[in-house]
Amino acid sequence: MGTARAAAIVFGREVRAEMRTRELLQTTVVFTVIVVVLFNFAFEPSVAEARRFGPGLIWITLLFAGSLMLNSSFAKEQANDTIYALRMAPASSFAIVLGKTLANLLFLCVTEAILLPVFSILYDVSMLAFLGRLALVLLLGTFGMVVVGTVFSALAAQARLRELLLPLLLLPVLIPLLFASVEATAGLFADSPALDRTWMAVLVAFDVVFFTASWLLCDYLLEE
Amino acid sequence: MKRYGIANIVTALLLFFAGYAALFIAPDEATMHAIQRIFYFHASCGWAAMEASLVVFAANVAYLAKRNPQWDWLAVSAAEVSLAFWSVVLVTGPIWAHPVWGVWWVWDMRLTLTLILWILYVSYLILRTLIADPERRAVFSAVFGVFVFLGVPLDYLSIRIWRTQHPQPVIFGGPGSGLDPTMLKVFLYCCGVMTLLMILLLRQRYHLERLRHAAEELRLAGEERMDARVSGAGKS
Repeated sequence: MGTARAAAIVFGREVRAEMRTRELLQTTVVFTVIVVVLFNFAFEPSVAEARRFGPGLIWITLLFAGSLMLNSSFAKEQANDTIYALRMAPASSFAIVLGKTLANLLFLCVTEAILLPVFSILYDVSMLAFLGRLALVLLLGTFGMVVVGTVFSALAAQARLRELLLPLLLLPVLIPLLFASVEATAGLFADSPALDRTWMAVLVAFDVVFFTASWLLCDYLLEE
Repeated sequence: MKRYGIANIVTALLLFFAGYAALFIAPDEATMHAIQRIFYFHASCGWAAMEASLVVFAANVAYLAKRNPQWDWLAVSAAEVSLAFWSVVLVTGPIWAHPVWGVWWVWDMRLTLTLILWILYVSYLILRTLIADPERRAVFSAVFGVFVFLGVPLDYLSIRIWRTQHPQPVIFGGPGSGLDPTMLKVFLYCCGVMTLLMILLLRQRYHLERLRHAAEELRLAGEERMDARVSGAGKS
């Protein structure tokens, strides 16, 4: 079976399984909304301050949400013993990791599609003027996050304390991604919105480097 | 083992002399005076930490390629040794910075990168403590180690861009610019001694890891024999 087709099947399986209960999505969305609401109580920001600190808040929230959400990507295979079925499937490990990565990308993008309007309304920060460019930044940043996160989810799934371990592994490795995503978003939130090419290049570099790494190393994740 | 003993004594003497050289032989620095002398230890430990970090990465890659447990022993030994040296760097840095810059910490390029590396090695070692199966631990920590290493240039790049866009809180012409020849000699000597110390620690730690592994094998063999004896007694 070709990688693309196998990855599509794994992707379809992940999405179908999630759509049956939607528990992962609803929990993640509610978590991110709670963090954005708490932001008000912790800092009581003015509109200008919300513009200034919004990019950082949004990305920190997404990083935390991602490091909690991505846990279940492989933990559930471990809990249901479906990891053996995945290993036996006539698909390369890359196809399995890729399918899961894309499914996680979709889940986080849905979360963002709900989080951003909520943020925009609560803090009176209009994003309509740069929506397309913001979507690009979000897509590149989220992709980098789920590429690393899905691999680390497989690592953490077989360790003790995995819920605590995944953020510990993921967050420090995502530091360059956080830098680039926050600064690129901040460029859009500025008075005259502009997409910073340098930071976009860093984001693309991050995505390429770690996508290649996950492609090269994914065989080690699923072995017996 | 006797060779280790001699190497230990020689390194201890060389270290002692490094302390003497840094305190008495190196000339007094014009503006910072005595406090500048910590630099001979601070920077040379950073040097040794970097070398040990490279060993971690090389051992991780070698393990993934060859699957020989010895590479894993080397990786964990080097990770612990590099963490020790990074810790020295992180502690001696602020001791120097406080009187000279007036603050313990600034988010400068090198400081930030050192702190990130320190956190990454702590994560690496914590990951290792949480996976029980030795082979899985070796594979997974090697994969994590490679990811960590790939991230370092990106960290460097991001902090560089970030720093050039934000105002620098402290501007200083580092002690590396226009170094006095005696200072340079003492500094290079300290770097050499620290490297020696690093190798020595690495060797000891590797030896310990090998012993641990041997003890584990013995324990498993003993248990197997015990099981065989118990089941044999049951049959008769």
